[in-house]
Amino acid sequence: MASEHIPFPHNRTHTEELEAFMDILFTAIDNVITFQNMLFVCIACILGIIGGALPGFSATMAVALMVPFTFTMEPITGLVTIGALYASTIFGGAFSAILLNTPGTPSSIATCFDGYPMAKAGRGEEALYTASVASSVGGLLGTIILILFALPLAQVSLRFGPPEFFWLAIFGLTIIATLSDGSILKGFAGGFIGIMISMIGMAPIGGDIRFNMGLVSLQGGVELVSVLIGFFCIPEVLNMSFNPHQKQVIVDKIRGSRESLRKAWWNVMGHPGNTLRSAILGAFIGILPGAGGNISNIVAYNEAKRAAKDPETFGKGNPQGVVATETANNATVEGALVPLLTMGIPGSPPAAIIFGALLMQGIQPGPELFSKNGDITYAFMFSFFICNILMAVFGIMAGKYIFRLVTRIPTRCLIPGIILLTVVGTYAIRNNEMDVILMFLSGILGYYLKELEFDAGPIVLGLILGPIAERGFVQGLLMGGAISMDHPWVIFFTRPLCLVLIALCVLSTCWPFFKKAMDRRRAAKAG
Amino acid sequence: MKKLCIVILLCCLTILGATSAQAQDVQFPKNEPINYIIPFSAGGESDLFARMQQPYLEKLLGQKIVITYKVGAGGALAWSELVNSPATGHYLAGINLPHIILQPLQRKNAGFKTEELKPVMIFHVTPCVLAVRKDSPYKTLADLLKAAKEQPGSVIMGGCGSATSGHIASVLLNKMAGVNIPYVPFPGTSDLPIALLGKHVTAIMAFTSGYSQYRNEMRVLAIAADERDPSIDAPTFKELGYNINEGSFRGISVPPATPDSVVQKLYEACAQTNKEPAFVEKMKSLGMTPLDMNPAQSAEFIAGKIEEYKTILKDLSK
Repeated sequence: MASEHIPFPHNRTHTEELEAFMDILFTAIDNVITFQNMLFVCIACILGIIGGALPGFSATMAVALMVPFTFTMEPITGLVTIGALYASTIFGGAFSAILLNTPGTPSSIATCFDGYPMAKAGRGEEALYTASVASSVGGLLGTIILILFALPLAQVSLRFGPPEFFWLAIFGLTIIATLSDGSILKGFAGGFIGIMISMIGMAPIGGDIRFNMGLVSLQGGVELVSVLIGFFCIPEVLNMSFNPHQKQVIVDKIRGSRESLRKAWWNVMGHPGNTLRSAILGAFIGILPGAGGNISNIVAYNEAKRAAKDPETFGKGNPQGVVATETANNATVEGALVPLLTMGIPGSPPAAIIFGALLMQGIQPGPELFSKNGDITYAFMFSFFICNILMAVFGIMAGKYIFRLVTRIPTRCLIPGIILLTVVGTYAIRNNEMDVILMFLSGILGYYLKELEFDAGPIVLGLILGPIAERGFVQGLLMGGAISMDHPWVIFFTRPLCLVLIALCVLSTCWPFFKKAMDRRRAAKAG
Repeated sequence: MKKLCIVILLCCLTILGATSAQAQDVQFPKNEPINYIIPFSAGGESDLFARMQQPYLEKLLGQKIVITYKVGAGGALAWSELVNSPATGHYLAGINLPHIILQPLQRKNAGFKTEELKPVMIFHVTPCVLAVRKDSPYKTLADLLKAAKEQPGSVIMGGCGSATSGHIASVLLNKMAGVNIPYVPFPGTSDLPIALLGKHVTAIMAFTSGYSQYRNEMRVLAIAADERDPSIDAPTFKELGYNINEGSFRGISVPPATPDSVVQKLYEACAQTNKEPAFVEKMKSLGMTPLDMNPAQSAEFIAGKIEEYKTILKDLSK
C-alpha cells in the first residue's frame, strides 16, 4: 500500500528541475520585494501581533477578517499580507501567554508553562525576546522545509488515515506521562476530565447530540479557546485578587534590555538541538491535515523536556520551554500550507481561509499550482522569510515596553482589564453567550483543580485530542467493518504506520520509568 | 441657561421619538448594516459564496453587509439564533439543504424547526458526484457495483458527515443496486480528497465543488443531478438507471415573522446578483450550479424535500 506512488506533474530530470526551480525562486524574490508589499507586510505583522496577543482572537478570525481587504489587491500582495498576518498572529499569542498566563491562541498553550514563571521571576523581558527570536527561527526553518520538501512531504501526509489519527491522538495523550510533574495518576485523571468535556455537544461522527443537558446552546459543544482562557487565566486572576497588595511581577532592575536580548539569542541559538527538533516537529504536525499548532506546541514542549538534562526545571521558568513551543508553532504555520499548496487540502482552519482567498484570486490550489502559477506560489512562500524576520523585530521592539507597562499597571486595574479581555475574547469566538459562561465555570473548576494539584496541561490536552481520537476510532471501525465484520478493530493493528505509532506510544508511556531506572543506575555507578 | 438645556433636550426627544415612530413602518433597508450569518466555518462553500455576493448585495441594497460566523452543531447554532432574531430583514442566515431538514427530524430539540426558517431564495446547488482515484481499476459505476457485489468489503465509500446528502445518496445507491457498500463519514468536504488519494477509502461521494481542483487525480463515475455537468465528463445516475438526485442546496433565510415585502426585496437583490455575468463565471468555476427559486418556490421545494427525507429516514432506521 505504502509503496505506490501518487502521480504529481513533476517528471523532469533533477538538474532541469533545479534550474527551473532557481529561476522561479529568483523571479519570486523580485516580485515580493516591492515597497507596497513591504508596507502591507509591516501592517499585517503589527495587526497580527496585537490580534494574537488578545485572548480569544484566533489566527482563523484574523485571517478571515483580512481576506475581504485583499480582494482588491494584486494576487501577490494579497497573499503576502495574509501570510504575514497568519504567522504573526500565532507569534502574538506568546505575549499574553507570558505576561498573563493566558494563551492568546491555542498555539501557545505550552508557552504559559515556562513563560509565565519567567515573567513572575522578573525575566519577562527575556521571555518575550526569547519567544520573538524562537518564533522567527521556527518560521524560517518552517519556510525552508516548505520550499524544499513540500511535494514529498505532502505524500507522507496522505498516508495518515483514520486509524493513524487515532494512534496519533493516543500518542499525544501519552505525553501526559512526562507533562505531569507530581502524580502521573493525577495527570491521567486530568486528561480524562478533558476528554469528558470534549464529548459535550455534537459527536464528531454520526452527529448525535450528547451531554448537552437539554440546552440548545450546548449543541455546538465546548469551545476550546473559552476553556483554555478559563483554565489558565481565571485561576491566576483569582489568585491576584486574593492578594491584591502583592506585587505580581518583579522587574529585575539589574539586567538591562540588551543583556536580556543577548540571553534570548543564546537561548535559541545556543541550543540548536532543541530549536531544530521543535521546528521539524512543528512543521511535520502542521502538514497533517486536522492537526495544527494547538498540538504541535505541546508535543514540542514535551520532547524538549524529555530530552533536557534538567527536566525538573521545566514548568518553573526554563527558557528552553518557551523556545520549544514558539519554534514549533511558527513552523506549523508553514507546515499547514504544504498540503494546501500541493494538493489543495487545507492543513489548518486558517489555511482553509487562505484556500478561499486563493480561489477568489482565481488561483486553484493543487498539484497544478506550482506549474501554472509558480511565480505567485513561490513569491507567497518566499514572503514568509521576510515576515518572520519582521515579526521578530516588531516583537522585540514591543516586548521592551509591553513588559514594563504590564508590570506598572496596579493590580486593581489589571484584574478588571483582564476579565474584560477574556469576556470579549470568548464571546468573539463564535458570538455565543454560552462560551462566556463556560469560560467562568471552567475557570472556577480550574482554580479548585489547581488547589488539588491537578495541572491544566493534561486537561487541555485531553480536550484537544479527545475528538481526534474519537473520530479516528469510529471511522477506523467503520473502515475495518468492510474488511472483517466480526473483528473490525483488527485494522488498528495491521497498518504499517499504525504499528510505528503504537511503538511510539509504548515508548512514550514507559519513558519516565525507563529514565528513572537509568538515573538510578548512573547514580549507583557514580556513587 | 437651564431653560435652554431643557429646550434642547426636549427637541432631541421629539426628534428621537419621530425617528423611532418611523422605524415601526416596514421600511427596508433601514440605515443599519445587514447581518449575514454563516453557519459553517470560514473558507467553506457557504462562506465563499457569501463573500462573492457581498459587494453586489451592498451595491443593490445600499447597506453594509456584515458577515458573521456562528459555527457549530452542523449549523443548528446559527439557525436557532436566527429564528429568535429581529424580523427586520437585517438578519439573514445561509441555509443548507438537507441540513435544515434533517436536524429537526433527527433531534428532539435542535433549537429550530425547518418551517421557522423563512426562505428568501435558494441560489445554487452543488450536486453529489461519485468519484474514484484516477488509477482505480473501476472505470464505470457498473464496475464498482460489480466488485461490491462479488467481494463485499472491497469497496468502501467515504462521504461528508452522517445524514447528509452524500450519505443519503450512498444509501439510496446501496438500496437501488442491491449492494452493501459501507459508508465512512468524514467531518468536512476537505477531508474527502485526503481519504481518497491516501487510499483510505475506495470511492467518495463528494460534491462538484470539491472536485474541480482534483481533475488530474480523480475520475467521476456518476453525478447525482438531473443533467450532466458540462465541465465534468461523467453520466448522471439517472442515465445509468438509478434515480438519485442529491446535492447540497444553499440559500438564505430570515426569521419567521419577517414581512413578505422585505423578503421580496432581499430576493430581488440576490436574484439580480445571480445574473451578473462575472458572478456566474466565478460560481461555475467553483462547481456551483446557479438556481433561481423565489421565496414561494423555495418554501415549496423545502416542503417537498421534508416529505422525501422523512421516508428515506424511515427506511434508514429499519
